[in-house]
Amino acid sequence: MLPLIGILIVVVGFALRFNPLVVVAVAAIATGIAAGHATIDVISAFGKAFIDSRSVPVVWLALPVIGLLERSGLKERARIVISRIHVATTGRLLLAYLALRQITASLGLVSLGGHPQMVRPLVAPMAEAAAETRWGELPERTRYRVRAHAAAADNIGLFFGEDIFIAIGSILLIRGFLDQNGIHVEPQDLAVWAIPTAVCAFVIHGTRLLLLDRSLKAEIDDERAP
Amino acid sequence: MITLEFVNVLMGIMMVGIAIVNVRDTTNAKRYNNAAFWGIYGVTFLAGSYLPNFVNGLLVLAMVSIVAIGKLGGAPPEQTTRAERELSAAKWGNRLFIPALTIPAVALLGTFTLKGLHLNGVALVDPKQVTLISLGLATVVALVVGVVMLRPPASAPIVEARRLMDAVSWAAVLPQMLAALGAMFALAGVGPIVAGILARWIPLDTTFVVVATYTIGMALFTSIMGNAFAAFPVMTAAIGLPLIVHRFGGNVVIMAAVGMLSGFCGTLLTPMAANFNIVPAALLELPDQHAVIKVQVPTALMLLVANTAIMYLFAFR
Repeated sequence: MLPLIGILIVVVGFALRFNPLVVVAVAAIATGIAAGHATIDVISAFGKAFIDSRSVPVVWLALPVIGLLERSGLKERARIVISRIHVATTGRLLLAYLALRQITASLGLVSLGGHPQMVRPLVAPMAEAAAETRWGELPERTRYRVRAHAAAADNIGLFFGEDIFIAIGSILLIRGFLDQNGIHVEPQDLAVWAIPTAVCAFVIHGTRLLLLDRSLKAEIDDERAP
Repeated sequence: MITLEFVNVLMGIMMVGIAIVNVRDTTNAKRYNNAAFWGIYGVTFLAGSYLPNFVNGLLVLAMVSIVAIGKLGGAPPEQTTRAERELSAAKWGNRLFIPALTIPAVALLGTFTLKGLHLNGVALVDPKQVTLISLGLATVVALVVGVVMLRPPASAPIVEARRLMDAVSWAAVLPQMLAALGAMFALAGVGPIVAGILARWIPLDTTFVVVATYTIGMALFTSIMGNAFAAFPVMTAAIGLPLIVHRFGGNVVIMAAVGMLSGFCGTLLTPMAANFNIVPAALLELPDQHAVIKVQVPTALMLLVANTAIMYLFAFR
């Protein structure tokens, strides 16, 4: 039971809104010590685990070029483009992005999206611009809500699209795990059974996005009411 | 052969560059904290493969101490005014999208073509890391395209990278820190302990209860671990295989595929999945770091119900 102290530290630390980076590091060290390892070994294991995970933050390499383009007006351009498409609303735009993200991810093209490369410079400014074109300057909380929805559409499209592609990590993991237990399954069968959930995800989140425009309008009216 | 070390060197150079820009920025009261934080992070990329694990561990703890004790300074204001940017946007038009779209285009192209290339019988690129190396390469190509096209001052790319990096701040390192935590959990055997508790306390004697325990357990355990990949082997070994498949005769493919997707519902709900939930909140400059999760909660819960229904209805036919 003692190694569970790490989970306790994370849950309590996050709930009390301590800095998550500090909370996670403390939890990692505490877990190792609670499992009965010497402090020096725990710090070494922690250092090795951190170094072995250096490929996780690789998307940050996009920042120099994204920053350079922002400096030259990329976000402003994205806004201009979207304000010229008159049928574009925030909800419809994000619905289109959700569909695009799900379809491309299901073909294995997972790098055609992502928060630093697509959402911050393009999707979020476009979603904001679509709302501004209809209703003018947005109240702060509406602006933040639109941005959060842009990030969510990227996540949901990715998660419930990628599993339809047979060579994605999760399918390989499932196969490997079942193989170890003496059960052989074909990747395409696993991929086929990702489709019902993918359809449900599109219907559920798509409906929410179509309802989003009305909810944003209500929020803006509410904010502007005297 | 080009290995992941290529990407590490790029990251290291960028982080050290960001540290230098920070040191030189006299307007930032916390500039030495920021410089030390990004500088040490840069060292873990440049020298991490050669240093002893213990030293690497101390470097990470030093970064954490800077955040805990000294705190990091925020992002500087933008270098150009809104009017300048609108003028530039009008001048360049849709050509501004070219460098941005170069990243996914080159990354995809590289993923498909680099795998087969050989030089004197040796693979040109480490075949296991083609996707990541292609992405690293793509950012370099995109930067070159951007610089050639826009002809900015030489310092602009790194100054801009620093502006964005300091906007994301410590959250940029959180996903990697969580991956390290996952490794420590595995070392301490946390997974089997949790699965054991679940199996002991829930009366698992009807099909529906077993299916719901498995799908909800996947979501819950993924929320704790921040990663469905960590939850899947544990939950499937504890409930999926022995109960759903072996005792109740459920279809193993449906159990596994839908079980994994139930875990993904959990990913939408947790700050532990930092790169999907916390990082974008920082990147989009949202004051509430849980804003993205709040938007995702209704979809995640409805989809979890849908997954449970799919497994219950189809796995036992």
